[in-house]
Amino acid sequence: MLHFLLKRLATLVPTLFGVTLVAFGLIRLVPGDPVAIMMGERALDAQTHARLMHELGLDEPLWRQYLHYLGGLVHGDLGQSLVSHESVSHEFLALFPATAELALVALAVAIVIGMALGIAAALRRGSWLDQGVMGLATVGYSMPVFWWGLILIMTFSVGLGWTPVSGRVAVEYDIQRLTGFMLIDAALHPEPGAWWSALRHLLLPAAVLATANAAVIARMTRSSLLEVLREDYMRSARARGLSPTRVVLVHGLRNALIPVITVIGLRVGSLLAGAVLTETIFSWPGIGKWLIDAIARRDYPVVQAGILISACSFIVINLVVDLLYGVVNPRIRGSR
Amino acid sequence: MTGATRSSEAMEEPADRLRPMPGPWGEAAQAFAANRGALVAFLVFAALALAALFAPWIAPHDPVHQYRLQMLLPPAWMAGGDARFLLGTDELGRDLLSRLLHGGRVSLGIGLASVVMSLLPGVLLGLLAAFHPRWLSPAVMRVMDVMLALPGLLLAICVITVLGPGLMNTVIAIAIGSLPEYVRLTRAAALAELGKDYVTATRVAGASTLRLMFSAVLPNCLAPLIVQASLGFSSAILEAAGLGFLGLGVQAPTPEWGTMLSSARDYIVRAPWVVTLPGLAILASVLSVNLIGDGLRDALDPRLKRVA
Repeated sequence: MLHFLLKRLATLVPTLFGVTLVAFGLIRLVPGDPVAIMMGERALDAQTHARLMHELGLDEPLWRQYLHYLGGLVHGDLGQSLVSHESVSHEFLALFPATAELALVALAVAIVIGMALGIAAALRRGSWLDQGVMGLATVGYSMPVFWWGLILIMTFSVGLGWTPVSGRVAVEYDIQRLTGFMLIDAALHPEPGAWWSALRHLLLPAAVLATANAAVIARMTRSSLLEVLREDYMRSARARGLSPTRVVLVHGLRNALIPVITVIGLRVGSLLAGAVLTETIFSWPGIGKWLIDAIARRDYPVVQAGILISACSFIVINLVVDLLYGVVNPRIRGSR
Repeated sequence: MTGATRSSEAMEEPADRLRPMPGPWGEAAQAFAANRGALVAFLVFAALALAALFAPWIAPHDPVHQYRLQMLLPPAWMAGGDARFLLGTDELGRDLLSRLLHGGRVSLGIGLASVVMSLLPGVLLGLLAAFHPRWLSPAVMRVMDVMLALPGLLLAICVITVLGPGLMNTVIAIAIGSLPEYVRLTRAAALAELGKDYVTATRVAGASTLRLMFSAVLPNCLAPLIVQASLGFSSAILEAAGLGFLGLGVQAPTPEWGTMLSSARDYIVRAPWVVTLPGLAILASVLSVNLIGDGLRDALDPRLKRVA
């Protein structure tokens, strides 16, 4: 296992290196230089321009700038926002929990609903339930995230008035930031309505982000379980007189889980991309909205950091998924 | 259904007995036609594509002309609707039906163009990597690893940041975003074929590398590529619309389904049809292409066949 982990980590090095190169290159490729963007419309004489370029270290040769950039990264320094002049890593840390909360809740909802529907469809194969679930899954998988969000807002927020349209919690609750996870922070708030408010704010964005993932997980769970149900060991388990529920849920599901975990790992990328769209629709103050706003404001250090962080989290999550295989299926451990 | 009836007919009519066996492609076409969902999806998509193709001739109005006196009109069958504007008008008084039809040209066109623009270089790079395992393959695959480290939409956003928004740049951004999938797929399929006897035989017979690549190996890698291309087409439509929605794609006033949605957001209460209709158009095309892709996969790639 350790050998596998080390080997896997070693293959990541060139990828991570390449990602930093892309993030570094991005800011040099965009039209206009950072000083001009920072000063905006204000006219600059050549002297001030040169002085600011020097202060930002932008007059040095590219390779030195890159080394500086890498050195900064090692110390957790992601540069400075051109607009707010704040440290990018501070801004990131302030916003990250919002995205993490949204993504984790959405993923949990997608896994629970997707697997439940997939198992139900597999057990009632060919029935109306199976066809209905698979039909819904295909629709859910094809759903444009941004449109689905607008439709839900139209129905539940505007039409029925059940949920708020945007934000993370009602403004009247002065939530003290402890973890950054609103559901936890609001639960610690003395007024009981705070948690309820936080939950209602989270409901629609999480539902939107969960939809496509639940659909893919349902499809994969169904087909993987159907594959497994035909195996000999399933017949032996039944022959031993185990209850049908136990046979399916313990013997069947455990073996059917590997493709499902793979597909969940593959969905992480679309979860990140979906978070960008979902946060934009619901004005959810997370990394995705930060990134899009930064592009609009040409705040390139923020864009650079957003891209770098998304790529790194994607890489790390894929690594975790790879390691999970070994946990779920001991047969894989030795072979790799 | 078609496959079964045809073979029984062939047995009844002796004149047909000499009809040649269907080739692998004919077989796949029969399997596809037997899949009812895929067939219906194909018809729906064909209708959408034709409507988009002939938009300039069938659209009742100019898609960018603003009828200032008829802003946010509801569809004709609703109270207050106007028969001249079948699906109503948007916030600037533009005919929604005409915009949807012309938008189809743009949205489906972007999808098609970006698939072609990533498929061709992707296949080429994948084949080159498979044929040059020593130095080219690791170099190409490392670059692809880096590109795969960013989800498609984020990579596209990256490219848009550098190039700026716009129609052509949307195509380029999406094409770059989906390139790694094709490279990996082609390389894997080509590597599997390279070990087979017929490739060795062709090589021994003196075929050049180019001939080996394109006329021996490539045709045998086509099945997974076609499936991937159809799924890539649907995700390209979604990504283009997503970029448009974020304001990073096709710019107003060009009608594009995602851009239309983004400008309609503010009228969600007053004019829900302005939001509903472009989204339905996106959903209908993505859904039909996905069903076609599923049908193609079942027909072309028996290994990946869904457990039915």
